[in-house]
Amino acid sequence: MNDNNEVHHIAGIRHVNLINDYSQLLFLLLFSMLLILYISAVIRTNRHYKTWPLYRSACFIFGICCALLAVVGPLANRAMMDFTAHMVSHLLLGMLAPLLICIAAPMTLVLRTLSIPLARRLTKILRSWPLRFVTHPIVTTFLNIGGLWLLYTTNLYSLMHSNSLLHLVVHFHVFLAGYVFTISIIYFDPMFHRKSFIYRAIVFIFALAGHGILSKYIYAHPPEGVPLQQAEYGSKMMYYGGDVIDAIIIFILCWQWYKTARPRIEEPFGKSKRIREQQADSV
Amino acid sequence: MITDYENSQDRTGLKNERTFASRNFWSGFLFGIGFVAFIDETFFHQLLRWHHFYDKSTTDIGLISDGLFHALSWFATIAGLFLLADLRRRNGYWLKRWLAGLFIGAGGFQLYDGIIQHKLMRIHQIRYVDNVITYDVIWNIIAVIILLFGIYLTILTRNKHHNVGDTANER
Repeated sequence: MNDNNEVHHIAGIRHVNLINDYSQLLFLLLFSMLLILYISAVIRTNRHYKTWPLYRSACFIFGICCALLAVVGPLANRAMMDFTAHMVSHLLLGMLAPLLICIAAPMTLVLRTLSIPLARRLTKILRSWPLRFVTHPIVTTFLNIGGLWLLYTTNLYSLMHSNSLLHLVVHFHVFLAGYVFTISIIYFDPMFHRKSFIYRAIVFIFALAGHGILSKYIYAHPPEGVPLQQAEYGSKMMYYGGDVIDAIIIFILCWQWYKTARPRIEEPFGKSKRIREQQADSV
Repeated sequence: MITDYENSQDRTGLKNERTFASRNFWSGFLFGIGFVAFIDETFFHQLLRWHHFYDKSTTDIGLISDGLFHALSWFATIAGLFLLADLRRRNGYWLKRWLAGLFIGAGGFQLYDGIIQHKLMRIHQIRYVDNVITYDVIWNIIAVIILLFGIYLTILTRNKHHNVGDTANER
């Protein structure tokens, strides 16, 4: 009985390795292509417009590196067997990479690269109701956190490791859901249906809570096929790692509020009125 | 420091701190919640290791409450300090009022943590020893003292500008 299981297990690992190679190649091609497109767009548009800020290019490069680290190479291989490594790779793919790419403002770059008629057509698509729906903070929270609940509380996690297509879809989903969630909370790119800061803050707190609750839930109820010890480490990794990246998002959100809410000279408080009168007198 | 500020020649500063009295309170309140949560996490979870990350007797509602309050306190720490920066640039910072909010936030959260989260929802205990009740009593008494001090400061700083008897200097 035991031997039989082991044989199956080894066959399973070999099968998984093959899937892993293909999906890694696909991810490598995709993310490298994105990086090449971004850099060439920066170089092209710098000739006609003001220089694209260096920190944005740097963020994009780091973001792509994080995503690649998560799905290609030693960490991705380890993640197939070790739940803690899996969690690290998901933190990179679903949180840190989307955040860095969001800061890099890729949509702004696309809009300044395209010709005006094409850019107009693109903004029309961005304004359309399906995209409006999919970038609404509450919807992105369900896509992101809801997707994670589905992955770790059902048998999807163990299915993912034996089905190549599912493995690919789950990883794409983690990345894309992380990205739309980040752009729905902090605005670096143009957003056509902006929500107030307080609205986004409240949605974000619930998303953060959902993430924290799921991490603790995993601690006590490991997904199918994950040993208890690994689940405990992985769950703490998810909890504290998520907190660190979320703190950066909170900081950016508050900082954007701080810039927007700066006192204007017209405000009825303080010295503004007296200053204006003095200025009028001096003229 | 408070009196220095109030006796300073900057009359607009005096005016704005009343205008932003409630913002001072909420900034302190948010930071208070975050500060207590920070102490809880740093000392009781990480350094002393008295608290457990997950206690197997935690109820479901306890898990949800813990998650929500953890998220709220994480957000509140950062947002409270940004509000403080905003008050300073508007010349509206009022330390006493801010501390009133801080102590109410800190004491209120500690009391909630000590009574509802630890005891009713059984998230985790303060320490895994026999006489845990001693720890609970001390924990909650400290919470009540902090809370009462916050309430005292709130009353002290409430609606002062409506007091007819006060002259501008006394204010």
